[in-house]
Amino acid sequence: MSNPMEQLLERRENAEKRLRREKFNAKVRITVGSATCENAAGAPDVFKKIEELIRKHGLKDVTLSRVGCTGRCDMEPVVTVFSQRTTPVKYIAMTPDKVEKVFDSHVLKAIPLKALAMPVGVVQDTDFTEEKLWADARLTDRFSSVFGDVHFFGKQMRMTLRNCGVIDPEDMDEYLMVRGYQAAVKVLTEMTPNDVVNTVIKSGLRGRGGGGFSTGVKWNFALAQKNEEKYIVCNADEGDPGAFMDRSTIEGDPHTVIEGMIIGGYAIGARVGYVYIRAEYPLAIKRLELAIAAARQAGFLGTGIFGTNWDFDIEIRLGAGAFVCGEETALIRSIEGERGMPRPRPPYPAASGLWGKPTVINNVETFANIPVVILDGPEWFSSIGTAKSKGTKVFALAGKVCNTGLVEVPMGTTLRDVVYGVGGGIRDGKKFKAVQTGGPAGGCLPESYLDTPVDYESLTAAGSMMGSGGMIVIDEDSCMVDVARFFLDFTQDESCGKCTPCREGTKRMLEILQRITSGRGVEGDIEKLLRLGDTIKRTSLCGLGQASPNPVISTIKHFRDEYEAHIREKRCPAGVCAGLLTFSIIAEKCIGCGACKRKCPVPCIAGKPKEVHEIDQARCIKCGQCFEACKFDAVKRS
Amino acid sequence: MKNELLQKEIDKAMALLPEPVVRYIQDCAKKKNPNSHLISVLHKVQEHFGFLAREHMDAVSVLMQIPAAKVTGVASFYHFFNFTPRGKHRVSLCMGTACFVKGAGKVLDKLQDLLGIKVGETSADGLFSIDVARCVGACALAPVMIVDEKVYAGVKPDQLVKILGEYGFNPKKAKK
Repeated sequence: MSNPMEQLLERRENAEKRLRREKFNAKVRITVGSATCENAAGAPDVFKKIEELIRKHGLKDVTLSRVGCTGRCDMEPVVTVFSQRTTPVKYIAMTPDKVEKVFDSHVLKAIPLKALAMPVGVVQDTDFTEEKLWADARLTDRFSSVFGDVHFFGKQMRMTLRNCGVIDPEDMDEYLMVRGYQAAVKVLTEMTPNDVVNTVIKSGLRGRGGGGFSTGVKWNFALAQKNEEKYIVCNADEGDPGAFMDRSTIEGDPHTVIEGMIIGGYAIGARVGYVYIRAEYPLAIKRLELAIAAARQAGFLGTGIFGTNWDFDIEIRLGAGAFVCGEETALIRSIEGERGMPRPRPPYPAASGLWGKPTVINNVETFANIPVVILDGPEWFSSIGTAKSKGTKVFALAGKVCNTGLVEVPMGTTLRDVVYGVGGGIRDGKKFKAVQTGGPAGGCLPESYLDTPVDYESLTAAGSMMGSGGMIVIDEDSCMVDVARFFLDFTQDESCGKCTPCREGTKRMLEILQRITSGRGVEGDIEKLLRLGDTIKRTSLCGLGQASPNPVISTIKHFRDEYEAHIREKRCPAGVCAGLLTFSIIAEKCIGCGACKRKCPVPCIAGKPKEVHEIDQARCIKCGQCFEACKFDAVKRS
Repeated sequence: MKNELLQKEIDKAMALLPEPVVRYIQDCAKKKNPNSHLISVLHKVQEHFGFLAREHMDAVSVLMQIPAAKVTGVASFYHFFNFTPRGKHRVSLCMGTACFVKGAGKVLDKLQDLLGIKVGETSADGLFSIDVARCVGACALAPVMIVDEKVYAGVKPDQLVKILGEYGFNPKKAKK
């Protein structure tokens, strides 16, 4: 009988034969991005339309399939058309009508329709072939052979998201084509658990969930535990508002996560793995279930996986909307079916976790990096990044930036390169104010910090943190006190209530912030916030509490003048805090069109047609609708 | 005698819950750490009824042999579970950071004003209920609103009447 690797390669050969027959050898191959965000943007209708067109024209040599998300969220849905010897063309913001035009031109007449395609940057490869795409290249190279010609992607390095947008997440054969499961088989047949742990330590890979703890060291702790029963857990409870890289990874490449977990399980000696995933991600759950079922069917999960004598299986557990469950001890309680409340550490889960057994918890992104570390080698992996932060990091770039979406850059890239280089700068010609990283646990950094390199230490030193990777760009239209209030509102609501500093402290901080934003702030409020923040930081039980004052402390540090304007001058410089605004009509500009009067819900605007209108300040509720309705800039907001 | 009473209670509980849920509970009982499946059971109950009524949680308590206090405690800990019937159409507004920065707060104000209800409530005619989502992970489309299954991207306050109109909202009637 052949060995496991030969069996896997044979399976891949069969997969290739099948795929060539059914998909790849076609004259034209079309893929449609189909993740949650793409679907929301209208991908299902586009997919249906293409199906219809293929049928209508009776085309036998055109194939259509779904792929994950390319991360180019503001241009979705993305349709990619592959034909031999030409760089694949990416069509953006497709609708059924637009896709028909693309079909008529590119598919029927073989003339790419440049007007609807993604703007091309430096063209890297004009001699594209399917053979080249699926060749045994370095895992991270494949993405750029499809998307490398596009400006937005050219500045990135796709490691975690290497297959997202390239392969069909619901077809395991396509994962096999990108050397899928070869890392797992290599580990199971050629390496001891110790070898695996040492390889991961050597790679310098650190937890991508926010903590930044060395993955290999964590595995080593668990490996050292003498216990028959151990567990490995994938944390996919992406509760961080503004972060969606885990959802996208699972939706675009679920098998990578499974493979990473198989390797982790073998390394620490766990035969059971759990994926703890948010119930709010139905498509990710569905794709993961499909992937687990396919892997089981193939003998990649279950007893004697890949024909070795190692047993490993994965179970999915649903979260139920509790942010604190991203904290590992709380997550463990939740898997056990309890209220997800954290407990003091030590003992760390690696010593005593699920049902008191040694348990390793890693984030989705961390697991997705493991096959790269194994197949491309720890030396190569650690050649990317900075001295202490290796590899890449995925950020969910959103807010007031031109190019929103998922971006993956090598560690050490500066914030400026992400926001202005990849992100294309601020939308609508507005002025940059701050970049928020790390979600509710992170902080806001002003323009003077834009040259901070993105790595664990630098971001923490700047007063923010890496976190799970949300990156929200804030422009002059946002009030920083209001942003701080928003985050406190979140953490206060999500505080599990177990420890007093977090339960009471966040509530008091929120009250002070509400007071300031409604115009009732008093001298000394800033100092009180800082003192409370310091106490909460030092005395809270878990990471949620300890990090909760960060948004407030960082905004006070960098935007103290805005706090002072609210408290002393009762003024909101950004014009956001309703309690501090007055709306008035500039007589010289008002032409008496009545647009504001019609919009006013109270109504408190008076004036005859073609005469200057007036706002009754006593009755005005400061909703700002008149401000937005006026086409002549005659409504003044101050 | 005691067994008979227990059996009666179990029968009663079984009658209250849909059959697939009962079967799921029975399957879980055979697994290792059966109580750890409580949250998935609650998910299934809510999926069926739209919310968790007290009688259904009591039934889960009897069938899983977990104290009712614990079942309620777990259910009330997680935001995903709700305890009142939801409207025929569930309006869910994303309040993630990206949506917030792009003005979801104003959309929410207008929505509450239009429907005359607050977050977590159901309108008097039973047509709409409002929920706030933490982040649906579609940040590039912000602000995002989901009605039932349909996702609306880049929602502005003055589009609400039109969107809700698709689901039978009548602004004149609702004002009262």
